[in-house]
Amino acid sequence: MAAGVATWLPFARAAAVGWLPLAQQPLPPAPGVKASRGDEVLVVNVSGRRFETWKNTLDRYPDTLLGSSEKEFFYDADSGEYFFDRDPDMFRHVLNFYRTGRLHCPRQECIQAFDEELAFYGLVPELVGDCCLEEYRDRKKENAERLAEDEEAEQAGDGPALPAGSSLRQRLWRAFENPHTSTAALVFYYVTGFFIAVSVIANVVETIPCRGPARRPPREQPCGDRFPLAFFCMDTACVLIFTGEYLLRLFAAPSRCRFLRSVMSLIDVVAILPYYIGLFVPKNEDVSGAFVTLRVFRVFRIFKFSRHSQGLRILGYTLKSCASELGFLLFSLTMAIIIFATVMFYAEKGTNKTNFTSIPAAFWYTIVTMTTLGYGDMVPSTIAGKIFGSICSLSGVLVIALPVPVIVSNFSRIYHQNQRADKRRAQQKVRLARIRLAKSGTTNAFLQYKQNGGLEDSSSVDEQALCIRNRSAFEQQHHHLLHCLEKTTCHEFTDELTFSEAVGADSLGGRTSRSTSVSSQPAGPGSLLSSCCPRRAKRRAIRLANSTASVSRGSMQELDTLAGLRRSPAPQSRSSLNAKPHDCLDLNCDSRDFVAAIISIPTPPANTPDESQPSSPGDGGGASSTLRNSSLGTPCLLPETVKISSL
Amino acid sequence: MGAVMGTFSSLQTKQRRPSKDKIEDELEMTMVCHRPEGLEQLEAQTNFTKRELQVLYRGFKNECPSGVVNEETFKQIYAQFFPHGDASMYAHYLFHAFDTTQTGSVKFEDFVTALSILLRGTVHEKLRWTFNLYDINKDGYINKEEMMDIVKAIYDMMGKYTYPVLREDTPRQHVDVFFQKMDKNKDGIVTLDEFLESCQEDDNIMRSLQLFQNVM
Repeated sequence: MAAGVATWLPFARAAAVGWLPLAQQPLPPAPGVKASRGDEVLVVNVSGRRFETWKNTLDRYPDTLLGSSEKEFFYDADSGEYFFDRDPDMFRHVLNFYRTGRLHCPRQECIQAFDEELAFYGLVPELVGDCCLEEYRDRKKENAERLAEDEEAEQAGDGPALPAGSSLRQRLWRAFENPHTSTAALVFYYVTGFFIAVSVIANVVETIPCRGPARRPPREQPCGDRFPLAFFCMDTACVLIFTGEYLLRLFAAPSRCRFLRSVMSLIDVVAILPYYIGLFVPKNEDVSGAFVTLRVFRVFRIFKFSRHSQGLRILGYTLKSCASELGFLLFSLTMAIIIFATVMFYAEKGTNKTNFTSIPAAFWYTIVTMTTLGYGDMVPSTIAGKIFGSICSLSGVLVIALPVPVIVSNFSRIYHQNQRADKRRAQQKVRLARIRLAKSGTTNAFLQYKQNGGLEDSSSVDEQALCIRNRSAFEQQHHHLLHCLEKTTCHEFTDELTFSEAVGADSLGGRTSRSTSVSSQPAGPGSLLSSCCPRRAKRRAIRLANSTASVSRGSMQELDTLAGLRRSPAPQSRSSLNAKPHDCLDLNCDSRDFVAAIISIPTPPANTPDESQPSSPGDGGGASSTLRNSSLGTPCLLPETVKISSL
Repeated sequence: MGAVMGTFSSLQTKQRRPSKDKIEDELEMTMVCHRPEGLEQLEAQTNFTKRELQVLYRGFKNECPSGVVNEETFKQIYAQFFPHGDASMYAHYLFHAFDTTQTGSVKFEDFVTALSILLRGTVHEKLRWTFNLYDINKDGYINKEEMMDIVKAIYDMMGKYTYPVLREDTPRQHVDVFFQKMDKNKDGIVTLDEFLESCQEDDNIMRSLQLFQNVM
């Protein structure tokens, strides 16, 4: 339960007094509270540092180490204190959680160590307070990523062993993706890298003018034209290598379609295609222009380096993710350019011999001016033109300088925000689920407790199942309260499943009414009660049969089942621990037709005045022991207190 | 570039300022602190021992450092005890029963006085207190509408998943049964005397009143 709710228990119990006059059934007695020794101070010794606190403080969270009986394992009888051999600095935070209800995350400690302490003391990390939660999660994520990276690096270094029967294809693919796995792959990797570099350099050098040695008018010619054969051979060699590499990759790829669509393969294709197109294009002047254009694409070979360089890949990804901001920058620039180009054009229109021949021509001026380049090839001559030109250059500074830091900060903010938003969305679901779980945990605790036949006589402590005895005092009181509420309203808490079953039952046309009529013999005073009980009997029948009883079962059948089970030694759904006491009870107390009492409310035997005692919710077999409920110690005596008062 | 960053930061601070004012306002409200009277006085006024009062106050002070409980907190506490259904209406009526001076907040003295009556008081006192709880408008009489509200609030606490399934008229039936029993002269309202008389006739209720004797 949440912080400090245990403190309000007396209030909740007192407020239950308000239900009393309304209760139609007698309320169950309170659980026997062993004489509380009042509040005492506990000493917790953590590695020599003594912490003292009230016992109540620790009892606030019964599902943690310090709040439950688990701390008894650490109790040192000689010194009368609880000794933990853990970090005292961390313990301070843990103890403060008990005191204030908020778990804070220490900023100077390693998050892993903090986590371990939390795990030791039984605190879930979800309890970290809102003030520290964000930081806690970030640090934890960071840590986890770092550890994962280390692991990956280790793994990559070793190289996961391929299954023995891997095909050539798989091995080839692995060699291509992780060049470090084998020597041959490494060699191949470096060879291709070398040839990419050679190809790019050749493209560049091709265009340098080399002075021809002995030419009458010393003509400057690009080297490519001087040594066409050499360059052609080099180009051919490179393209052959690239083609071979591409085909090999295509062969080795596990999913060829996906490989064909991937960016790297497209780059490869663009790199080698011009050569082949050039081979098949006839060498006439008309087409050579186009051919020349194709040669431009050879420069894309440089992008093949991105397989070799991580940095390039990261840059590409960054640009891709920042695309919208860049787009906006471009758009705003375009707007400004168009505006100013138009203005400049009309301002300079009158002048003769002006460079501003058209608006698109003025674009060049605008761009050069706005980016503060100022080549000076186009200058305005009119005064108006000069004025607008200066405005253009000033605004250029603003237009360019403003979005850039916004983009930069936007980029980093959006990037982190997205990451955090995704994280938070995922965590929110988990958090809500956990909160719901905890909430249903309390709900279910009571239902579970009832199922375990927990509402027994507290005096027979020995015979109670351990699971029931181990509830904390607070839980006992809380369950008692819930039980009182059930009695007041004459309805029981159930879970969704049983509820939907019951709803289905009602919709099937009230078969239960038949059971009502059958069972309520001395109907008069206990009429209200009898309407409750048979339904409960029906439910118990469902449970006893230990099957998802189809609700369509006739009421007569249910009665038979129950009657048949009357003498059965142990109901299936009770734990074996409980079966024994029930057993001997059944043998000892004769004709205790308690189970029968559920079904029919017959004239009771002489010493069972509680003919219409509604057995508390629990399994049918537990009826006898639950009837012992209010009896103070003597199992076979039934209390006189349990009498239905006809309201 | 510097100018850019400057404008940026000033924009941010402008946004933050209004929220800070709100926080200060809230702080002011919660600063209202209340300290209870002395321990001896309380011990004399209530049926608790000093130790019990100490334990109660420590818990109370921990949960409500300002020394007073408001209705919202009541509702939250009750919601935690009864997570199945909606405990807010019953908590509302309870709060008004605790808040004898109708100030909207319950001080520790009121809290402890009510607890003393409910847990350690005589039967007469308890029944009186319960009557006061049922009498929502505090006019000295319980009529059917008030009872209906209370019973409905109690049934709300059960939540949706009950067995047997809650019907629309279950609360009404319950109220009718109650009035049949309590309203001696059948005039449609229950006075304090009728209430006390009827309850004292009912052994069940008498016995149940002893249930909550042990505290904490």
